[in-house]
Amino acid sequence: MTIVIGYIPTKQGEAALTAGIEQARAHGDRVLVVNMARDDKLVDAHRAPSSELDRLDRDLAESGVAHEVRRIEHGTDPAEALIDVAGEVDARLVVIGLRHRTAVGKLLLGSTAQRVLLDAPCPVLAVKPR
Amino acid sequence: MDNLNNLIEGFGHILTPINLLYAFVGVTVGTAVGVLPGIGPAMTLALLLPITFGLDPTQAMILFCGVFYGGMYGGSTTSILLNTPGESSSVVTALEGNKMAKAGRAAQALATAAIGSFVAGTIATLLLAFVMPQVVAFAIKLGSPDYLAIIMLAFVGAAAVLGSSRIRGFASLLIGLAIGIVGIDRVTGQQRMTFDLPQLADGIDIVVVAVGLFAVGEALWVAAHLRRKAGSVIPVGKPWMGREDWRRSWKPWLRGTALGFPFGAIPAGGAEVPTFLSYVTERKLTKHPEEFGKGAIEGVAGPEAANNASAAGTLVPLLAIGLPTNATAAIMLSALQGWGLDPGPLLIEKQPVLVWTLVASLFVGNTMLLLLNLPLAPAWAKLLQIPRPYLYAGILFFAAMGAWTVNGQAFDLYLLLAIGLLGFAIRRFGFPVLPLIIGVILAPIAELHLRRSLQLSHGDLSGLVGGPVSWVCYAVIAVAILWPLIARLIRTAGGNGGPGSGPGQHTTISTEASA
Repeated sequence: MTIVIGYIPTKQGEAALTAGIEQARAHGDRVLVVNMARDDKLVDAHRAPSSELDRLDRDLAESGVAHEVRRIEHGTDPAEALIDVAGEVDARLVVIGLRHRTAVGKLLLGSTAQRVLLDAPCPVLAVKPR
Repeated sequence: MDNLNNLIEGFGHILTPINLLYAFVGVTVGTAVGVLPGIGPAMTLALLLPITFGLDPTQAMILFCGVFYGGMYGGSTTSILLNTPGESSSVVTALEGNKMAKAGRAAQALATAAIGSFVAGTIATLLLAFVMPQVVAFAIKLGSPDYLAIIMLAFVGAAAVLGSSRIRGFASLLIGLAIGIVGIDRVTGQQRMTFDLPQLADGIDIVVVAVGLFAVGEALWVAAHLRRKAGSVIPVGKPWMGREDWRRSWKPWLRGTALGFPFGAIPAGGAEVPTFLSYVTERKLTKHPEEFGKGAIEGVAGPEAANNASAAGTLVPLLAIGLPTNATAAIMLSALQGWGLDPGPLLIEKQPVLVWTLVASLFVGNTMLLLLNLPLAPAWAKLLQIPRPYLYAGILFFAAMGAWTVNGQAFDLYLLLAIGLLGFAIRRFGFPVLPLIIGVILAPIAELHLRRSLQLSHGDLSGLVGGPVSWVCYAVIAVAILWPLIARLIRTAGGNGGPGSGPGQHTTISTEASA
């Protein structure tokens, strides 16, 4: 089975990555690391630089986990992209990082994590950075 | 000495809290729109026009010039960090600036751009203060035929010298002139091109044209090209320069200033040509030719100084003879007309407080810009993370509101949409915007001078050629129009095609810049 990890170059993203790989090791799963960059922004802070994705790919190969690193550069909604990928590969688990959002912040900008939690076709593991 | 006294008096007027506030708002907004590609000072001024008609002209002009100067600063940030010029005047900066950023020297590139802009802006504004009164003294003796010739020169310069294609340039100019003459003929009282619509009898308001062209046209254009891969954030750090960077930067700053100021002041000069010339000069003069193409600091310092100097240069003909040489200046001119001020040589005599406070505000604004941009460049770069739909929704909202406030009639909104579609079409088919907007704004003035000259000579065409000024202008126009032919003759006759290289390069660079 496949574990889909929503990765962004922040400590939340790193936490999700660590937790996802742990899960994959424990149950012998394949991991699919997804990085999404919105195409309606000129610069997206959540876009992982190519060098970072390459490094990720190498690290995963060294650790011996079956893996794939995928970059999505179209669309405007990371939650939707993650859910689509999860459905496409029939994922066993989706792993995301959480950060604290105020009620007002959620009202104004919405919460990607919340939408993934509610709409994902499979169980979701949400982790907080330590 | 008189100029200096006037300038000091201007400083006295600018140093009031409310004027300083307008200058600060202007430079802040200017930097923001400069950073954002596609949104420039021209569009911003168009959107601000309806609001500022209610303001005191001096304060509104301080605001406008702040936006204009700020745009020149902000454009470099995007060029350097994203390799997408924030403004057409920063196209050249991207060549070396982005290479520097990729090599981890973004901080130095941003610093040399900001400090260079400050140095150039200050020197050029000082030049403005001393040159403008001389130009006024000269222009005050000019008659209608001379004015007509100068305006014709501006038309031809905008249409034929800049841009990729002369045909497109002239087509664009003619569209502008056609829009400009809609309404009642001021001499005979006849209605022209109004299609019997009473709403058109007063002509098409410049706010509707400018907002439609710059804001709605650009929004439609972006909507048609919305999908585009995002870039990653480039870590910047605090902009600073080492001793070596200073040593390599100060000469390009001064040379850039020397190139930028005169080009800003001549019709159809703009900021694109001098920035490119400055880049070429620096590449030729550098002691580190191996670094060019890989991130040479001279290639950022020179062009960034040149574009700020040209901004100050642009204000010379605008304030001295009422002649705009770029789109932003064209909108400032229409603002001056909107307040009932008569832009021209008499402006400085009738409104000395406005003119000199404005000049003083440029010094103040320039200093504010250095303080805003040098430590805060990384913060400005965050603006690039705003999703475009949010931005353009806001722009369209302000555009529609602006068009509505002109006369409070729905007809202007339809007109806005129609002109917006025109703006989209000229972008789609590669027509330059500058000749169009200059055509719209100068058409009534050109017509006034044309008919006045003809009335003086009782319809004799020789009355159009008044004095030496018009002789020179028409000669330059002839050369500009016949240049392709002349260049070919020179090449076939001489063979050593040295002189042909200059204008050829202009064309290449302004092709990119016209978008």
